[in-house]
Amino acid sequence: MDKQVYERNKNLAQMLKGGVIMDVTNVEQAKIAENAGAVAVMALERVPSDIRKQGGVARMSDPKMIWEIKQAVSIPVMAKARIGHIAEAQILEALEVDYIDESEVLTPADDRFHLNKFAFKVPFVCGARNLGEALRRIGEGAAMIRTKGEAGTGNVVEAVRHMRTMMEAIRQLQNMPREELMTFAKENGAPYDLVVYVAEHGKLPVVNFAAGGIATPADAALMMQLGSEGIFVGSGIFKSSDPEKMARAIVKATAFYNDPKVLAEVSEGLGEAMKGIELSQIPETERYAERGW
Amino acid sequence: MTGKKTIGVLSFQGSVEEHLAALGRFPEVTALPVKTPEALNRVDALILPGGESTTISKLLSIFGLMEPLRQRILQGMPVWGTCAGMILLAKEVVGEQPHLGVMDIAVRRNAYGSQLDSFTANETIPAVLGDPIPLVFIRAPWVERAWGTAEPLLTLNGHIAAARQDNMLATAFHPELTDDLSVYRYFLQMIG
Repeated sequence: MDKQVYERNKNLAQMLKGGVIMDVTNVEQAKIAENAGAVAVMALERVPSDIRKQGGVARMSDPKMIWEIKQAVSIPVMAKARIGHIAEAQILEALEVDYIDESEVLTPADDRFHLNKFAFKVPFVCGARNLGEALRRIGEGAAMIRTKGEAGTGNVVEAVRHMRTMMEAIRQLQNMPREELMTFAKENGAPYDLVVYVAEHGKLPVVNFAAGGIATPADAALMMQLGSEGIFVGSGIFKSSDPEKMARAIVKATAFYNDPKVLAEVSEGLGEAMKGIELSQIPETERYAERGW
Repeated sequence: MTGKKTIGVLSFQGSVEEHLAALGRFPEVTALPVKTPEALNRVDALILPGGESTTISKLLSIFGLMEPLRQRILQGMPVWGTCAGMILLAKEVVGEQPHLGVMDIAVRRNAYGSQLDSFTANETIPAVLGDPIPLVFIRAPWVERAWGTAEPLLTLNGHIAAARQDNMLATAFHPELTDDLSVYRYFLQMIG
């Protein structure tokens, strides 16, 4: 991939900043998301909480469904490929989606290697729990990062942990003398040039959103206050009792994350948020965030 | 230019920081993020950034900024829309309702296609600068038609990519994503 293509792919993520990207499973939901003010939709067959409930192998969605959603909305359409699944990514690129999420929410196809994302023209977003993981994905060609959180739980605690972990590492790097950067790179499994970039700029070289467990407007505002540049909401919208209202409220809360008065207004009378799961009830082997190498 | 000018950037969503950073490179400019009618009252000019026009338009309506902004533009406040901002300004948007609906242009959203069709060009915009400047198009719109006093400033592959009408400037590309400040200089001249 030439350098300008990669720059433009990073640029598209810049245009999404301050916005909300919503998981949708059909045309009707995609239209609700667009009307509520989503900056993009993630087209997938089952939202993460259903994947969690139903089990089995979670794969790329039916191209027909992705195609229909692309026809129905004017905002960017993203879709998920399994970690390391070269062919699924090629299929999604052939469908001309606007972004591919190489996602731990689907069952990994490769237990050692992620995609070489530089082999594609289409941009990729990848999940990360910490700075080292984020920089490995960027080193492979990701044009956007999202903290993983724990998808399908409606519990924001993991998203918070991952965002705080990443921000803490960035602050550490900013204060490190140059001679310590190589050891940081080694200990965190991160490419050295990207470590130097973060030390010099105090931020990732790509846009960083929050994902995994965001279920209310207040959750979205919390993640923005912790330094996220935008929000992914998966199950949180279409598993709530009034998806349209919840979607609109989360969009408003993300734009006005530092205005408690607006947050109070938009949090009113939303009905029930998705039920949610306490993290201690999820066995280690069923935690999606652990998927990623 | 007399004294310091305050230029706002509509800051609901999109390439807000990029525009604020570019404005920050001009010592004669105070850059101000704008989300409220109060902030709008304080600016001499406003930039509508790149982003998603449907999202920004909804937030303009919900937070009571659509009508005050439209009035300020109609009263002559200089305004510059980049990409999504161009769509907000247009009187006609193919296939949907207009948003601010103040500029005599008809625009087509995502006119070039998906992200795979985004592109970079180097072109001369005679009104702006005699030399070519880098132009970044991200899922860009184009102007299908301009009428009245709206004048095309750049035509690319048969489609208008930049236009000016009195106090209004619209570009389908994103100067905020490059280091080149020449379109900003042009906009500053519009403020006078």
